[in-house]
Amino acid sequence: MTEKNLKYEAKQALERYANLVARLTPKSKWGQGCLRAFWVGGCICVLGQALADAGTAWLHLTASSASGFASVTLVFLTALLTGIGVFDRIARYAGAGTVVPITGFANAMTSPAMEFKPEGWVLGTGARLFTIAGPVLVYGISASVVVGILYYFIRW
Amino acid sequence: MLLYLKVFIVGGLLCVLGETLILKTKLTPARILVLYVTAGVILSALGLYAPLVRFAAAGATVPLTGFGHLLAQGAISAVQETGLLGAFTGGVTAAAGGIAAAVFFGFLAAVCFKPKPKDY
Repeated sequence: MTEKNLKYEAKQALERYANLVARLTPKSKWGQGCLRAFWVGGCICVLGQALADAGTAWLHLTASSASGFASVTLVFLTALLTGIGVFDRIARYAGAGTVVPITGFANAMTSPAMEFKPEGWVLGTGARLFTIAGPVLVYGISASVVVGILYYFIRW
Repeated sequence: MLLYLKVFIVGGLLCVLGETLILKTKLTPARILVLYVTAGVILSALGLYAPLVRFAAAGATVPLTGFGHLLAQGAISAVQETGLLGAFTGGVTAAAGGIAAAVFFGFLAAVCFKPKPKDY
């Protein structure tokens, strides 16, 4: 084989490689992120539904306490998985898929509470539990109070 | 089985919306949580969220908008029962289970586990 031929071969191989890379990388960061968020988030909600159905069937819960039971169990699982370090790995893969369900709320409390343990039980763990949960509760509860007051006067 | 499909699709779509907001608007996950809860309260008060819950059950109640729905409906039904004071007691009462569980299990995890060094 001449040197010219070798160069040509190498160029062809590079082109084939570039084509392969282009074909295998997801179309966009957005598309890939959404796909992951969709299936993981969907599965967490399905798990919540299964827990609620199990609570109704085996623990004879009413519809609203079954839904509460599902939330509490999901929160427990999240705290446990965050504690053993598994949740962070799932969250890095799934993005909003773990943030949007109640698991995101539970993780946002557990993770800083653990991380700031060295700063003490009161101002470390105790205070940091509410780093993200605090704002969520401030806006959620305030909005619900406003809704309650408006409802008292308007009764739509 | 059809219910589970609806749960999967609606829950998944709410997460896709969150992912889109994170990637396209640079909103941090903390702001997404606040936004979802507040949006849930407002949609629920306007009567738009209850139909979604009837359609998709946990697909609508497990995402944080469901938490907001719980707060709003709690406030509204407490106002119906006890008057103006209900505006202050109803929301938190309805959401108490989730809040107390997150506080308690979060604290328990901090007691039981050592923080992992972040490998990223």
